[in-house]
Amino acid sequence: MTEQQTSLLSAEVCAAIDRWIAKYPPERKSSAVMGALRVVQEANDGWLTQALMDAIADYLEMDAISVYEVATFYSMYELKPVGKHKICVCTNVSCMLCGSDDIVAHLRKKLGIGFGEITTDGKFSLKEVECLAACGNAPMMQIGHTYYENLTPEKVDEILASLD
Amino acid sequence: MATIEIDGKSYEAQPGQMLIEIADANGIDIPRFCYHKKLSVAANCRMCLVEVERAPKPLPACATPIMDGMKVYTKSSKALAAQNAVMEFLLINHPLDCPICDQGGECELQDIAMGYGQDVSRYQDGKRVVTDKNLGPLIATEMTRCIHCTRCVRFGEEIAGIKELGATGRGEHTRIGTYVEKTVNSELSGNVVDLCPVGALTNKPFRFSARAWEMQQRVGVSVHDGVGASVYYHTRRNEVMRVIPRENETVNETWLADRDRYSFSALKAEDRLTQPMIKRDGQWQAVDWETALTFAADGLKQAVQKHGAKQVGSLVSPTSTLEELFLLQKLMRGMGSSNIDHRLQQLDFSDQAQAPVFPSLGQSLTDFEHSDAVLVIGSHLRKEQPLLNLRLRKAAMRGAKCAFVNPVAYEFNLPVAQQLVVTPNDWVSQLAGIAKALQTSSSNSVNGLDSLLQNVSVSAEQQAVADALLSGERKTVLVGQLAQSHPQFASLRALAGAIAQLSGACLSYTNAAGNTSGAWLTGCVPHRAVGGQAESAAGKNALEMLSEGLKAYILMGVEPELESCVPAQAERALKQAEFVVNLTAFRSAAMDAYADVLLPIALSAETSGTYVNMAGTWQSVAAAVKAPADVRPAWKVLRVFGNLFDLAGFEYEDSTQIQAELQPQLMSLVADNAGSWKLPSSLDTAASQGLQAITELPIYAVDMVVRRTAALQDTQDALSAKGVHLSAATAASLKITDGQAVQVQQGANTVASTAVFDERVPAACVLLYAAQADSTALDSWFGDVSVKPVD
Repeated sequence: MTEQQTSLLSAEVCAAIDRWIAKYPPERKSSAVMGALRVVQEANDGWLTQALMDAIADYLEMDAISVYEVATFYSMYELKPVGKHKICVCTNVSCMLCGSDDIVAHLRKKLGIGFGEITTDGKFSLKEVECLAACGNAPMMQIGHTYYENLTPEKVDEILASLD
Repeated sequence: MATIEIDGKSYEAQPGQMLIEIADANGIDIPRFCYHKKLSVAANCRMCLVEVERAPKPLPACATPIMDGMKVYTKSSKALAAQNAVMEFLLINHPLDCPICDQGGECELQDIAMGYGQDVSRYQDGKRVVTDKNLGPLIATEMTRCIHCTRCVRFGEEIAGIKELGATGRGEHTRIGTYVEKTVNSELSGNVVDLCPVGALTNKPFRFSARAWEMQQRVGVSVHDGVGASVYYHTRRNEVMRVIPRENETVNETWLADRDRYSFSALKAEDRLTQPMIKRDGQWQAVDWETALTFAADGLKQAVQKHGAKQVGSLVSPTSTLEELFLLQKLMRGMGSSNIDHRLQQLDFSDQAQAPVFPSLGQSLTDFEHSDAVLVIGSHLRKEQPLLNLRLRKAAMRGAKCAFVNPVAYEFNLPVAQQLVVTPNDWVSQLAGIAKALQTSSSNSVNGLDSLLQNVSVSAEQQAVADALLSGERKTVLVGQLAQSHPQFASLRALAGAIAQLSGACLSYTNAAGNTSGAWLTGCVPHRAVGGQAESAAGKNALEMLSEGLKAYILMGVEPELESCVPAQAERALKQAEFVVNLTAFRSAAMDAYADVLLPIALSAETSGTYVNMAGTWQSVAAAVKAPADVRPAWKVLRVFGNLFDLAGFEYEDSTQIQAELQPQLMSLVADNAGSWKLPSSLDTAASQGLQAITELPIYAVDMVVRRTAALQDTQDALSAKGVHLSAATAASLKITDGQAVQVQQGANTVASTAVFDERVPAACVLLYAAQADSTALDSWFGDVSVKPVD
């Protein structure tokens, strides 16, 4: 079973995890769990399956439940499929005061989906997130690794159009 | 040494101690949920907040190290305000379902809410609801009640060594559970029920059967392994309702194995024997005690008259009390026979004269825990002695080097420095290699070892084990049950002894049951009388009694056809006997076939008596409940037998009189395992054709009580202890597929079984489990077998 699970991780993924492992003392391999989860999530269309988490547990020689604990704790790990572009909209205080509600309403209407849902073509998914530390330019959203700030509905349309 | 002041009084404390420890040691009450003295500090419930002078905010007593001159107030208005506020938060999501909660009446949350909670809740929103989990047959869940103290999570991680429960999600969405649908399989899982401060994790078999205030608490001893855990029986109207640990730092600390906790339910097993039975003209009939005892005594007397006393033998369970064991051997020797034995799982008796007075741990459990290096020879320790393994784990986590020589690549819950997986035939040569490696590097020596080991070469693994044993101050060589039932036990014992002597280690044995030491001390062995005094003529040992076949047997608390290491021979021997008296708590079809008299005897909870555990600790207890119906304590039955045989010295009116007689003689005896062995003249290496059998007595089949505990039989450990286990490679060479029906043959005996692929088993070996339907028809636990597929 162990071999099967580990083989879920490609050679490139394993090499990337190994780079995380190398950052910590050899007897503390489990310290690399957050990095490993991120690497594996990115290689799997942005989300984690239970089998993948088990494979990470095997690879890092830790109990599977400890991996589940980490993966469920942080909102950046996705345990369900996401769209090709994961739109994370901040609705925390600063963004809310600067009109994030309008941005959310616009996105909902334009994409026809709510929070936690994916468009039928699989291109976009929508997620509500807490403060991403860009209050100075609220309202904001994050897609992939990019922050988009000072949003207006028009600007959102432009951004979405620019994504393939 | 530091001095701190709590609530205006001064206390001495050690630097580094936490505030709560000083408070607990001095009887100062601080409310808490997540803190537990045996677990790491989590400080996540915040209930133990106290006021510390010059600290701006209240501090958690469990996570605040003391400082000299510190002034602490546990009941100041600031402290109380903080505690009340925390209590209010904890109760936000907690359902107020105490009337239907099993924990009601013994709930830490309920108790503390009485002192610190408001009488009316200010919370008006919806409460959190959490779905329950199925954690298996032992633990019931009601997760809505959980307050996230994480004691259960920390227990798995830190004590049981296998983290099965975790806290997933965060904040409001935190859930305690396994995340995926999965049973909790640790052999220590029941402890989370005790640890849970609320009714989230409760005892499944006990559920909804009694309230805490209806029950009385009685002291007891668990007999299912050599640790002899101290327990409390909780009884109601003469019925044991549940078992919880009795804190005993030198024995079980605050823990119990699941075997200790749940096996009481066998007291009410369906096949419990409650009336004396005799077999007349092939028909079983229930009779009164007088008739049964006279019938039994007459039958035995006849056998003695016709065949001589040497044709009578007795097999006894080491779960019996010291008093019972003493009376039984007194009866046997009074009748003129020394054929008495409790070692049903031993095949090699050739060096029994050299055996220690009572083979034991040879040190206290606490000392064992402080070993720096341990070599375990032949034990699935985690399942064989769960609480001893817990001590070993503590040593290993502290850095002790643990090495194992085992027939199967068992999984451990502790860091293993080296595990040698050795087929039964190779045990002797492996231990010889380790001894040789030590001989070259150790300053100690053993007479006669040079010539014995002259042709032995040392492998790298053996050298590694030797090196591990030479490091550190305090060392132990522990001989487990799998070694003690090995066909070359005498050689293994001698080599283990030599290894211990060379490395300066303590030679230790595990004991199969809670009173194995007591069985040795009272002379329930054929070659020694009470106190280990050698008999001029040794009687027959268990193996001889069962392989040669005697004319009459007295059995007490055993099912030799299941638990003997020669199960098929045992059944044959008992069936061919003319007369079999069986003192037993249960009745089975097998007993019906071979016995002539069935005498219902009390089980451990129902009888007063003494138990001596593997560390030589004596524990005397009174009966927790009265035995049901016509069941009598075995010591009373044996006492009457003594009178029926006109033997002197059976005039006891109380079991404590027997104890008073034995204690002065026996308690002073010290188990000295060192030197209690003799080097063999040569190292015999066994050769085999075909497959070598390895038989393990699985955790939930060790004695007749455990075998009848329904909840334990539903656990993963019990369910997986079936079938013929072999590696995929071995199976391929035999053209066997996983799960295929197979036939196992040993000599003339065959059994039908199922193949189970198991990569823990070495090549050319099969692992069988004793006391299972698919193994008991075999002649021996070890030796050659063949396995072939059935079409």
